[in-house]
Amino acid sequence: MPAVATPVIERTTLGNGLRVVVHEDHAAPVVGIAVYYDVGFRSEPEGRTGFAHLFEHLMFQGSANVGKMEHPRLVQGAGGTMNGSTHPDFTNYFQAVPTSALELTLWLEADRMRAPAVTEENLANQVAVVQNEIRVNVLNRPYGGFPWIELPPVAFDTFPNAHNGYGDFHELEAATVADANDFFTRFYAPGNAVLGISGDVDANSTLTLVHQHFDDIKRRRTPKRPSFAEPAVTSERRGEITDAHATAPAVAAGWRVPDPATQPEQHLATVVLAELLAEGDASRLQQRLVFRDRSAISIEAYLGSFGDPFEQRDPSLLTISAVHPPGTSPDRVLSAVQEELDRVATGGVGGEELARVIARLRAQLLKQRDQTIGRTLALTMFEQQHGRAERVWELDERVAAVTADQVRAAATSMTADSRSVVILKAGVR
Amino acid sequence: MSAADATARPELGPPPAITVPRVAERTLGNGLRVAAVRRGGVPMVEIRLRLPFAGTTRAHLARTTVLTETMLSGTADHDAESLAAAVQALGGALGAGADADRLVLSGSALAENLAPLLGLLAEVIDSASYPADEVDGERERLVEEIAIARTTPSTLAAEALAVRAFGTHPYAWHLPTPEEVRAVSSARLRTLHRERVSPAGALLVVVGDVAPARALDAVEKALGGWSAAGRKTVALPAPPAFAPGGISLVDRPGSVQTSLRIAAPGPRRDDPDFAAFSLANTVFAGYFSSRLVANIREDKGYTYSPHSGLDHAEHATLLVVGADVATEVTAPALVETTYEMAKIASLPVGTDELDAARRYLVGTLALATSSQAGLATTLARLIDNGLGAAYLREHPAALAKVTTETAYEAARRWLAPSAAATVLVGDAAVIGEPVAALGEITPLSL
Repeated sequence: MPAVATPVIERTTLGNGLRVVVHEDHAAPVVGIAVYYDVGFRSEPEGRTGFAHLFEHLMFQGSANVGKMEHPRLVQGAGGTMNGSTHPDFTNYFQAVPTSALELTLWLEADRMRAPAVTEENLANQVAVVQNEIRVNVLNRPYGGFPWIELPPVAFDTFPNAHNGYGDFHELEAATVADANDFFTRFYAPGNAVLGISGDVDANSTLTLVHQHFDDIKRRRTPKRPSFAEPAVTSERRGEITDAHATAPAVAAGWRVPDPATQPEQHLATVVLAELLAEGDASRLQQRLVFRDRSAISIEAYLGSFGDPFEQRDPSLLTISAVHPPGTSPDRVLSAVQEELDRVATGGVGGEELARVIARLRAQLLKQRDQTIGRTLALTMFEQQHGRAERVWELDERVAAVTADQVRAAATSMTADSRSVVILKAGVR
Repeated sequence: MSAADATARPELGPPPAITVPRVAERTLGNGLRVAAVRRGGVPMVEIRLRLPFAGTTRAHLARTTVLTETMLSGTADHDAESLAAAVQALGGALGAGADADRLVLSGSALAENLAPLLGLLAEVIDSASYPADEVDGERERLVEEIAIARTTPSTLAAEALAVRAFGTHPYAWHLPTPEEVRAVSSARLRTLHRERVSPAGALLVVVGDVAPARALDAVEKALGGWSAAGRKTVALPAPPAFAPGGISLVDRPGSVQTSLRIAAPGPRRDDPDFAAFSLANTVFAGYFSSRLVANIREDKGYTYSPHSGLDHAEHATLLVVGADVATEVTAPALVETTYEMAKIASLPVGTDELDAARRYLVGTLALATSSQAGLATTLARLIDNGLGAAYLREHPAALAKVTTETAYEAARRWLAPSAAATVLVGDAAVIGEPVAALGEITPLSL
């Protein structure tokens, strides 16, 4: 594979603490603009589950110079797209727009960074919208919160790691405008955010625009990044749920992964291990459980709550999740998974297999980078989580450097004793 | 540096020029049409192969469903595992999917591996063997997957809508039954493959960091020997005329939301009304900044994601308006949705609304085709439909010509509630009575 050059990235930190990264990419006349705030649902207060996500919705309800629905109207009316999402460790807001809308979009992000205009009315409205989001994505369909909502309370003991980030309906309904203002003051300081821009722009003139629109946002105290550390799991944990909509049972197991900040190489080897285990029809678990034993209908393995291995701080999990036929017991699925992990740990990984797993992973990284939004989100996330937007391009070489021994070592730590398991019973049948 | 006045909203700059990719085309001796576009950005390449695959029987639906799951289960030279490994080694992916009209094989690889990727594709086309043990296992897996799909509200709603719109026509069939899947043998799959996986009528699109002439040569080398002999063509009968009116209700006891769908015939992409309709529909419910989102989400909180768009099949285009609404507000949500349709069919949209929708459709077309994968999928569809890459220039030009009057005429024709039918999937015991006040309910079982 040809070597990939690391591009030039311009960065600056404004007087108010806002960190800015700009990357030029002239392939198409579009630009991605993302703001990452360093607060996710792990930081929301007890008694207010789901608040970080609810607050994300409130950031679209208008601000001092922007009316309700005006942000989406202006972005889409300029020919762009926009959205936001809430993760364990950050909340992001992002747009992909024609380059003609660069300054407009910066103005919009600056206006809500000064403060959203939260009212009783739009709060009540967005509580109802979020409840419908939870109904459609979780409550009204099979495997709705499985396993991202169901596994953490088994795998973790503390509120930040264990609770449901979508939130409890009653706690959502109890949210007040004062809660929103407090949350904004505490977590949405410019010094707690990163602004990332990637596209068909000139980096220097873009930085000038950023200064013009963001410099006058007042500096506020930036919260200290908390530690969410918990002791390792040393004996298996189990939980069980019944899914009223599911026709086939399922099982998920989670293992703690190396801290990406302090053990980046071990962490990356675990990413390669997940790929080797379950990505594509040639992977070990697909072959063994789906095609050979027919003990799983589908199986996946991934790091992080939502499948991005690099976006989550310690502690986080490698999750293996399978839907299986009613005639197969969850323990049979778990035993097969454990046998395959042992096979990696004791038998190792051949050179041919490792090479193709890495080739596929590198290709996936390239495909993500080819999309304006994917590239913008990745570089802003890496700047925030790892202090290095360049990692988007450096990953290629780092992944290529992962060795069979490192992958074997990663599998060694994934024992039956160190796993947390959720068994999903099918409510239909 | 001087600060901008935060109360002064920046103006939009001039819109970027629309660039249409240069497409190199070639038709091979066996009839396969090939189109190639160079698109750098990352050193990858994307391929899309589209084949006519319509059938007139439910058995064909079942066979096609199993075929897409087992096409890569073995060839003359590879078993399933070694084939998957060979694709993976190219930094690649290869998969099959189908709708009522087409079989689509999609793949990608590192650009330097285009030739071996095409080689594996040719091998599958030439000698997919559908081994009995693989087919047996995949059939049972499909039965479980279909059972899961049929407890998912969005699938149930799509199925109900297809039945309501197309009656007994093949377009009405969404998923095969377990019995139909179990009746598919590997011999049947080999016959289907032999009869229908043919270069005649097929289209292959290659997009990526590869010189077009080199891409065309590579395709010719890999697929020039693909034979069209023994090919069977199947023409679908015309779908029945859409019968508007009424509310069809699929009972889903205990459902905490109702999947609300309103369907009507829609314009094809080559219809003279298409651009005007697209703009009216965008204003109505085609994007987040639409009237329906403002009403039933941002004002009333009835739902998370209302939407309206077109489903294009070869012989029918269907307008589908959808929202999953909280069970207890099903009737008022239906009232408001119908109101917004009636309103856009009765009153011209504002100039500002029209211009915003126009910039949105032009801008998002550019965004959708700015990546290799997006361009490959879009281009394959356009060329296969006979519109060609020129659509990427012609559609924005047609959008530019739409006036509030022509948008109104298109809305009156295509967005009128009187032309539409309603389908609800929800808890009949709770929603039946309130909804009955709005129209006659016909129970629908799937």
